[in-house]
Amino acid sequence: MYRLRLWAVKRSYQCERLYTALEAALVKLHPLFEKIGYNRLERPVAVVERAAKTLLFDCKMCGQCVLSSTGMSCPMNCPKQLRNGPCGGVRPGGYCEVKPEMRCVWVLAWDGASRMKEGHRIGNVLPPVDRQLEGSSAWLRASREKALSLQVSVDAERTSLARAFPTARRAEPAAAPLAQEPGNTAQGGARK
Amino acid sequence: MSFSASDPTKPYAAPPEGFSSGSELERVLRAGKFAVTSELNPPDSVDPADVFEAAAPLAEVTDAINATDASGANCHMSSIGICAVLTRARIETVYQISCRDRNRIAMQGDVLGAAAMGVRNVLCLTGDGVGAGDQPGAKPVFDFDAISLIRTIRTMRDSGQFLSGRKITKPPHLFIGAAENPCVEPLDWRAQRLQKKVEAGAQFIQTNYVFDLPRFERFMTRVRDLGLDENVYILAGIGPLASAKAARWMRNNVPGIHIPDDIIARLEGADNQGDEGRKICVEFLQKFREIKGVSGVHIMAYRREHLVAEILREAGLTER
Ligand code: SF4
Repeated sequence: MYRLRLWAVKRSYQCERLYTALEAALVKLHPLFEKIGYNRLERPVAVVERAAKTLLFDCKMCGQCVLSSTGMSCPMNCPKQLRNGPCGGVRPGGYCEVKPEMRCVWVLAWDGASRMKEGHRIGNVLPPVDRQLEGSSAWLRASREKALSLQVSVDAERTSLARAFPTARRAEPAAAPLAQEPGNTAQGGARK
Repeated sequence: MSFSASDPTKPYAAPPEGFSSGSELERVLRAGKFAVTSELNPPDSVDPADVFEAAAPLAEVTDAINATDASGANCHMSSIGICAVLTRARIETVYQISCRDRNRIAMQGDVLGAAAMGVRNVLCLTGDGVGAGDQPGAKPVFDFDAISLIRTIRTMRDSGQFLSGRKITKPPHLFIGAAENPCVEPLDWRAQRLQKKVEAGAQFIQTNYVFDLPRFERFMTRVRDLGLDENVYILAGIGPLASAKAARWMRNNVPGIHIPDDIIARLEGADNQGDEGRKICVEFLQKFREIKGVSGVHIMAYRREHLVAEILREAGLTER
């Protein structure tokens, strides 16, 4: 919801704390998740995640959530889906070039980041989204990636992306994922 | 423009020691000379003669000519086509690539194709929204953003790999550029965004029109505070406005154009508005030269290309 999205950016500091706590909890749960099986969890978690994040952030379920690097303003609401900052067309007053009635998500993002503890992360160069991951749970992915962030990779394609975007891999590992995707491809658009 | 030695019929040559490309523009900038680039009005035709005609008023007086990639989302001859034509005549080009119309597969392929044709400079752009142009029903692609495109081209050049990790047997040697718009929101963060582009791999910057000197100076102060002027060559954008009416139209209809009211008032008050527009342009050029960290200028003289030589002469920028 647009209103709530604006509110979340205003409360970016609190949202960040909530998110950090959530992420820490998810990483702790990684062994349990593995036992249950990530593919069995994928669908129910994605449903909950979609509901919560759509309400708060107008989340588009790109599957590679980078909210903590974008001032808690979801970049997928940018009509150009820019992941690294505003375009050159921002209108006077900070409104969007493409949707003049909407505040530019990147004007909001920088505003949000200025209140966050880790706000400097907005300066990290992020890779392009992997469109195959659309619809899948970014929370589970973050849990897998954080838990595994030191392990050497498996997949040449992914390794090279992570190498090309090293800061993003460190700060926002789900944006340049290396972990094996769960086998279940039926739901949630997980990697084929 | 001094013509350089790339020839698409010869084997692909390595750049000189210490350079990332064989680019004339890179050479001029690294030599500490004040660079001049300009952009060409792309033809709506297949005739190479039309490309040469559009380039003619610019080629002799600039260091490189930008081939725009459907700017303003209007369809014209493609930038890669224009570059292919011009490089055959050994005219230095800046190949503009916008993320609006092509996905990552097409863009990486085009970069190789352009380099094979003799292109040595690329300018990575996000692109205006499709709604701004003559075909608003088009599907906007935006698979990459300008910054991931910059990093991808750098990876292709320096690591000899596509983003997929597949090896490129002969990597392209390119001088990588990006755009910046110092005069639009979020004003306080534009320098940081520039920093991100430099971090991604941008080596030169061509800005949008700068008609607001206080805003630009504030931006440049931030740029210097961040030490960016040491790491990237900044070319300030400017152009001759045709009239107050034209300026107003641009401000209202072309994305990202900021022209302050006092400039428009000045045009309005002049007897000959076109001449006043030219004078304003000359004045800005002279002011840009005095700003620390500005390495050159980029002249966008849409449909007023015939004025560029005279403007440069008046501004004392003819030494090529
Ligand atoms: S103005 Fe902002 S939200 Fe709109 S397209 Fe540009 S970057 Fe995206």
